[in-house]
Amino acid sequence: MAERGRLIGLPLLNKDKAFKWFTAFLSFILLLLSIGILFELIISSRLSFDAFGLKFILSREWDPVQRLFGALPFIWGTFVSATLALFIAFPISIGIAIFLSELAPRWMRQPVSFIIELLAAIPSVIYGLWGLFVLAPVMQIHVEPVLGKYLGFLPFFKGYPLGVGMLTGGIIIAIMIIPTISSISKEVLSAVPQHQKEAALALGMTRWEAIWRVMLPYGRSGIVSAVILGYGRALGETMAVTMVIGNTPNISLSLLDPAYTIASVIANEFTEATYELYISSLIELGLILFVITFILNAFARFLLWRMKRFEEVKV
Amino acid sequence: MNNLRYTRRKLTQKAMFFFSVASAFIGIAVLFLILGYIIYKGAAGINLDFFTKLPTPVGVPGGGMANALIGSFYLVGLAGLLSIPAGILIGVYLSEYGRGSFASAVRFVSDTLTGIPAIVMGIFAYTIVVLPLGRFSAIAGAFALSLLMLPIIVKSTEELLKMVPETLREASLALGIPRWKTIIRIVLSTAKSGIITGIMLAIARVGGEAAPLLFTAFGNSYMNLRPDQPIANLPVQLYVYAVSPYEDWHQKAWAAALCLMGIVLITNIIARIYAGKR
Repeated sequence: MAERGRLIGLPLLNKDKAFKWFTAFLSFILLLLSIGILFELIISSRLSFDAFGLKFILSREWDPVQRLFGALPFIWGTFVSATLALFIAFPISIGIAIFLSELAPRWMRQPVSFIIELLAAIPSVIYGLWGLFVLAPVMQIHVEPVLGKYLGFLPFFKGYPLGVGMLTGGIIIAIMIIPTISSISKEVLSAVPQHQKEAALALGMTRWEAIWRVMLPYGRSGIVSAVILGYGRALGETMAVTMVIGNTPNISLSLLDPAYTIASVIANEFTEATYELYISSLIELGLILFVITFILNAFARFLLWRMKRFEEVKV
Repeated sequence: MNNLRYTRRKLTQKAMFFFSVASAFIGIAVLFLILGYIIYKGAAGINLDFFTKLPTPVGVPGGGMANALIGSFYLVGLAGLLSIPAGILIGVYLSEYGRGSFASAVRFVSDTLTGIPAIVMGIFAYTIVVLPLGRFSAIAGAFALSLLMLPIIVKSTEELLKMVPETLREASLALGIPRWKTIIRIVLSTAKSGIITGIMLAIARVGGEAAPLLFTAFGNSYMNLRPDQPIANLPVQLYVYAVSPYEDWHQKAWAAALCLMGIVLITNIIARIYAGKR
């Protein structure tokens, strides 16, 4: 090969270098891609940004017929539903993580964590189907009237039980983010050095106190990043939420009322958007979602990376 | 006094341990509730017609989802063509050459991309492929799915290549085999089964995605195999049937859910068992 290259006067092709540069080039494209996504979203939402400016995120008016687009109800719906989901999912996830890393007999750990992780493998649209036809009716008939009766004096449980709404959406999202939070938390708890726990027990703590006062604080930054990753997933969850949250752009304190999220409005209206400003407004919503989830994920990755430098956490 | 306090601490422990066990139980119960209900509702709709016939209009009995089923495989296959070779090679770069700040940046961006909502990738594919082409198309859908697969494959490939013992590389290099050949013939083939597991998990992950396909692949009531035309797929079809007001379409949605869940979960489980055996 080398001889031939020289004969026809070509510089020697160094295959080693070529291979390395080719893989580096592809990596560079990946880098460009993420910048490209941001760039493309910004360009495509220019029209809406020029028309509404900052009012876009402050206005409650979403009226395609009047050509008015304000994103506040969707931003509200997105954050409230995700936060609600986090409130439900966090204690359960930590409970599961403690069970898997401390309490369960050894033979049980693998199969149980396998089953919990399968929850993450079920497609979003199937959660939506189940939520719409099974969970929503149960909520409407059995849960929401009871909540309204006993807790109706609170602003959170006022309103007519519809089945679909913020609460049902929050529950569905919670189920979907439990595997994310619990599996990372489990890894974090398992990575707490044995001597930390032993020292706590030797000081006379109960096993629970050792977990609560020593192991959890020790793994705090890992658990925080698990929560942030779960929250990021919750914010961007689309199909399941679209099918159970009611898709009504209002801002209400009541969890029984229907709501609307950024991802849902994009899913519902994108193909119906008939003029450019409409599409541009939807893309600006996508841009907001992209920026928020990118920052959250970057922060969570940073925490995990900082932790990983000190201990062996496999995430 | 002391005794009372000790009892209280013991009771707290009991209560919290009970809560922890109950949490695990809730997780398991929810999974089986959903699986069970979908099998119960969907089983009635699964028959030969489901796999071989095209969908019928509302009210016309019979019909199936052959187009959506083939469309889904088509989309995932096309997405795999776009993302698997690139993903593996980027993984190779990160594991074999990647030191320094450029590699860290790539690693960071790739990890962060896994957390970007699928629907945002759909918008990106819309502006990059659908708008210039002027219509919804299979290639746009496949592009959106490949964006979701890429970071997963990069990550799993990198992790697995890092687990290949350094001595194997050294032995190969000492025999005078050039580095690129060492990577392809020795390192990649040692980690082959793991990489395949990663690819299968990525496929299972995007195979059930509807959000990025809504306005890229769009859907189609007929069979289509042309990449520049809209194409039907199982998740979107399921969604359309589920939110429709028709009872017989709901029934089809359950059947589609059972079929989709079967494919996704079986792929996922096989990949994990395969990974566990290594």
